Amino acid sequence: MNYNWNWGILITEPYMGWIFSGLGWTLLVAISAWVIAFTLGSVIGIMRTLDQPILRAIGATYVEIFRNIPLLVQMFLWYFIFPELLPEEAGLWVKRGIPMPEFWTAVICLGTYTASRVAEQVRAGINAISQGQRQAARAIGLSPAQVYRYVLLPISYRTIIPPMTSEFLGIFKNSSLALTIGVLELTAQTRQIEEYTFQGFEAFTAATILYIIVTFIVMFFMARVEKKVSIPGVTSIGAK
Amino acid sequence: MLENFDFQVVIDAIPFLWEGLKLTFLLTFLAIAGGLILGVLLALARLSHIKPLSFLAASYVNFFRSMPLILVIFWFYFLVPYIVGRPVGGFYSVLVAFTLFEAAYYCEIMRAGIQSVRKGQAQAGQALGLTYKQNMQYVVLPQAFRNMTPILLTQAVILFQDTSLVYVVGLHDFLVNAEIIASRDNRLIELFSTVAVVYFVLCLSFSLSIRTLQRKFSV
Repeated sequence: MNYNWNWGILITEPYMGWIFSGLGWTLLVAISAWVIAFTLGSVIGIMRTLDQPILRAIGATYVEIFRNIPLLVQMFLWYFIFPELLPEEAGLWVKRGIPMPEFWTAVICLGTYTASRVAEQVRAGINAISQGQRQAARAIGLSPAQVYRYVLLPISYRTIIPPMTSEFLGIFKNSSLALTIGVLELTAQTRQIEEYTFQGFEAFTAATILYIIVTFIVMFFMARVEKKVSIPGVTSIGAK
Repeated sequence: MLENFDFQVVIDAIPFLWEGLKLTFLLTFLAIAGGLILGVLLALARLSHIKPLSFLAASYVNFFRSMPLILVIFWFYFLVPYIVGRPVGGFYSVLVAFTLFEAAYYCEIMRAGIQSVRKGQAQAGQALGLTYKQNMQYVVLPQAFRNMTPILLTQAVILFQDTSLVYVVGLHDFLVNAEIIASRDNRLIELFSTVAVVYFVLCLSFSLSIRTLQRKFSV
């Protein structure tokens, strides 16, 4: 092995700035996409547990489409194809009008993709609740919406905290795909440092450590949340 | 626009796309094979009573599971030539990356599968005088594999989709070949929608057969 070590590169400008700006973009993409994934995923997951066959079918179709096309292909569809399918003016606006089109494309792509996965978790969480809860709620006169609002959702969201944490970490890692359409997030920045300085080992080590640190913080924080919101006797701590 | 969709472009591209698809299949197949072998070893190490061994395996799994696959690909694309001492080409670097990365996920699936076999089974095997190896080989693993087969297959579909990430190092897989023609002929819509449809049909049909299998398997 013939390699010139230079760990100092990591605290040299502009490279140190690149790494932190990369981390910032990674977090921004991941958190913005998570907002979409969580809300849309919840709606679709709930749709799949309703009585209306049409709503169930729409939910199921959504999940199958987004789960069975590689995320990178979806990224290209959103970036290159989606603006072409819109009416001309709207297409131009998406391509040039909005600020940071790459960022928004990445956010929408990751959000809609992860929504299909979140939907499956939400559905599983609701279906895991015994039928008796639903029947009892109906029997005391709650409307279907109230059954979800006051009985099913409060229980299911608590039980699916561990898989939802995994989904968030998934979106956090998958945000690296945004580099393929030109978002300079963490992985892209370290790759750029490697190309400029040939110090790939140091650059990739920095990225790896940052990814691990964020993963660790999220897991630590979510474990505390899980503990805090657990209902004694209903949700069991540590059951994964 | 949709009214200009030119099927002829897609038809002319089929031989080149097929070349790419073959590489995608080859990479998927080799990474599954390598990942399974390494994954079994890791799972056994993780469940081992030898503390340092299980700690090492757990660290391996957590390490790879907290990294994005693209970063792993960059890592090995950069590292493998240094380790081997000469340029080896993108394919082998990427294959190493996928194998090591998938092994971490396979390990977790198999660990869950092995733990799903009731304790009494292994104890009964011990009571019959089977060695650890025999116990694993004849009692625990056959049942564990039955439990985890659907999840392993689902992971294979995910891996099949993930191989598209070789795009970042420009390996000529299905997606990259489509992109080459798309930019050469300026036919992005035709080529990218073809890629999406082909992936969708392949993955959906495989997922549906896994579900059928799962129904047959479940007791």
